[in-house]
Amino acid sequence: MSLQAQPVEQAGPVGEPVISLRGISKNFGAVRALDAVDLDIFRGEVVAIVGDNGAGKSTLVKILAGVHPQDSGTISFEGRDVSIHSPAESRTLGLATVFQDLALCDNLDVVSNLFLGREMGGLTLDEEEMEKRSWELLQQLSAKIPSVRIAVASLSGGQRQTVAIARSLIGDPAVVILDEPTAALGVAQTAEVLNLIERLRERGLGVVLISHNMADVQAVADRVAVLRLGRNNGDFMVADVSYEDIIAAITGASDNAVTRRASAQAPGGRAGDAEPGGPPKVVEAAKDVGRTGTEHPDAGGADGRHSTEEGRQP
Amino acid sequence: MTNPIGPKAAAASGAPSGLATDRQDERLARDEGIGGAIASFRRRVAGGDLGSLPVVIGLVIIWAIFQILNPNFLSANNLVNLSLQCAATGTIAIGVVLVLLVAQIDLSIGSVSGLSAAILGVGITVAGWPIWLAIVVAVAVGLLIGLAYGLLFTKFGVPTFVITLAGLLAFLGLQLRVLGPNGSINLPYDSWIVQFAQAWFLPPWLAILLAAVAAAGMFLSDWLRARRRRAAGLSTGPVSLMVIKSTALLVVLVVAVAYLATDRGVGMMFLLFVVLVVVMNFFLVRTRWGRAVFAVGGNVEAARRAGIKVNRIYVSVLMLGTFFATIGGLLASARLTSASLSSGGGDTNLVAIAAAVIGGTSLFGGRGSAYSALLGILVIQSISNGLTLLNLDSSIRYMITGAVLLLAVIIDSLSRRSRASHGQA
Repeated sequence: MSLQAQPVEQAGPVGEPVISLRGISKNFGAVRALDAVDLDIFRGEVVAIVGDNGAGKSTLVKILAGVHPQDSGTISFEGRDVSIHSPAESRTLGLATVFQDLALCDNLDVVSNLFLGREMGGLTLDEEEMEKRSWELLQQLSAKIPSVRIAVASLSGGQRQTVAIARSLIGDPAVVILDEPTAALGVAQTAEVLNLIERLRERGLGVVLISHNMADVQAVADRVAVLRLGRNNGDFMVADVSYEDIIAAITGASDNAVTRRASAQAPGGRAGDAEPGGPPKVVEAAKDVGRTGTEHPDAGGADGRHSTEEGRQP
Repeated sequence: MTNPIGPKAAAASGAPSGLATDRQDERLARDEGIGGAIASFRRRVAGGDLGSLPVVIGLVIIWAIFQILNPNFLSANNLVNLSLQCAATGTIAIGVVLVLLVAQIDLSIGSVSGLSAAILGVGITVAGWPIWLAIVVAVAVGLLIGLAYGLLFTKFGVPTFVITLAGLLAFLGLQLRVLGPNGSINLPYDSWIVQFAQAWFLPPWLAILLAAVAAAGMFLSDWLRARRRRAAGLSTGPVSLMVIKSTALLVVLVVAVAYLATDRGVGMMFLLFVVLVVVMNFFLVRTRWGRAVFAVGGNVEAARRAGIKVNRIYVSVLMLGTFFATIGGLLASARLTSASLSSGGGDTNLVAIAAAVIGGTSLFGGRGSAYSALLGILVIQSISNGLTLLNLDSSIRYMITGAVLLLAVIIDSLSRRSRASHGQA
């Protein structure tokens, strides 16, 4: 490998990781989806997991969420070894996962969705307390939902994402895992979700952000963990790493279509020792990055607009 | 979760002050007072959230047409008959509503109800059991059938459509087997279960008292909810609206009860059916189990990830489906004073399913209410009863019932499309 991967232990926040994966492997038939992957998640830190299609990001998330257990390797939560066999166990541990498809019930209203599976009340539901707490939660997140008594089906994409993230906070989790939270969102909505992620970090939560969008990753993440073909391929502090280094770790080559394109536009770009990477993969990465690259300034502008709007609120 | 920013802080941040927490968003239309309630109702209907409005309108039209064609239709005597005709199949339809809510179907309700009738008949005449024992055995068998459906569905993933289609045939066979070679057993007319179904009516004073209790209960429940909402800083509807609602209910119930009392009155069997509907509605709307039923029907994967034990919900709902089929079968045989090969046969299956759908329960899961069993069966039995009064052949009855079912499904589909175009699919 051509990269200088920095060990987390030196660069990450001090203190014990809240959750720590060691040597996680997972096979689907003959396909080795994950191969001895390590990952640490700290409180108050946003760690982005990036990688190309098929790098194993979703598999890693599903293991943490209890959708399917790993074949080998250990997961320790606050120092003790745990096994996560079901979504319920994952939630009890303090891991909240927001999947890309959001998993909302369109026929139920916002309150019902927020408290689904953990409704308040004794023999009967305490709708008033749930509605009150819903408003409090949404206001803390500065979420803009006109009414919590309308069916989730009638909300916009960003509002649905907000509801899904707010729901993950109901159980007071230690870690929130967001799978492609901005993939289907417009510019302003993306900025809102990024603000939301920062608010989660301010609350001292560990945030895992799965994303294809390098602009989003660089905007909010403290640390980037790169997966490539099911293996760890670098762990960087965002402040210390260049965009090109991350792309190189994702594609497995520092000389690829993305960097060549970048250096053609800005002379003096880095050239590293090339490693053979399949041409289709490189092209795909280029496409991806090209899109995010053009989106970045817009997202920044929306971000700025949003923070002024936010300034009116205490 | 502790909350540093309460509603007060939010109100201070520039949102219009003096408004309840859930009314602060400036994008919301403000509906105050009774005029506001009417306006928001009109908006809901225009947006495709029809609720039970089409059924109620349909029922009024049907009753008007039959009353014009045959002045006996709305006579107290006929309405008492109508209420008794509704009870048995309506009870089965409650189970169908539950099963449809989780987006499944039970096609064997007719056979299961026939089987329970056969067990009752054979139990109390051939085996000489006391009636309560026969009922317990029939209910136990019904619950076991539902449990078997539930396990087959959750463990092997066989579609309920197929499981219950197999059940339809198998339990029809079992019903024939239980009945034995005679194929028909008459229940003793003086047994309490037959008396309950045929001859027990509420005395008028008790019926009116119950109507008053129902209206007072509705007002109290509305008023208590408004108080809790105010305590939680949420908006409440005007008290005048609550008074109007419960007074309207009181007037309707008292007039209905008083009119029926000019004949035999309100049958105990019909009262049992209505009580079952109200109880099921309570469980669906006010409990975790009910919330889970709607969630499973709306998005089963979301429900599973929310930690709901989806399989238990399926099993419980399928068991309730066969439970209500059993109760309906017992009521039907008590009303006909016999258990026979035709118990639960013919159109029982489809009438019960059609009632649930006509009443407004979606075939696709997640939308509906226990009250749709009551409204739907009233519509179907009114048509059937009215056509019988006109001396029309059952061939025509079936065709007209089929057309009404089709109409109900078309209305459901149209309102779904309207919801979609109003962003509420």
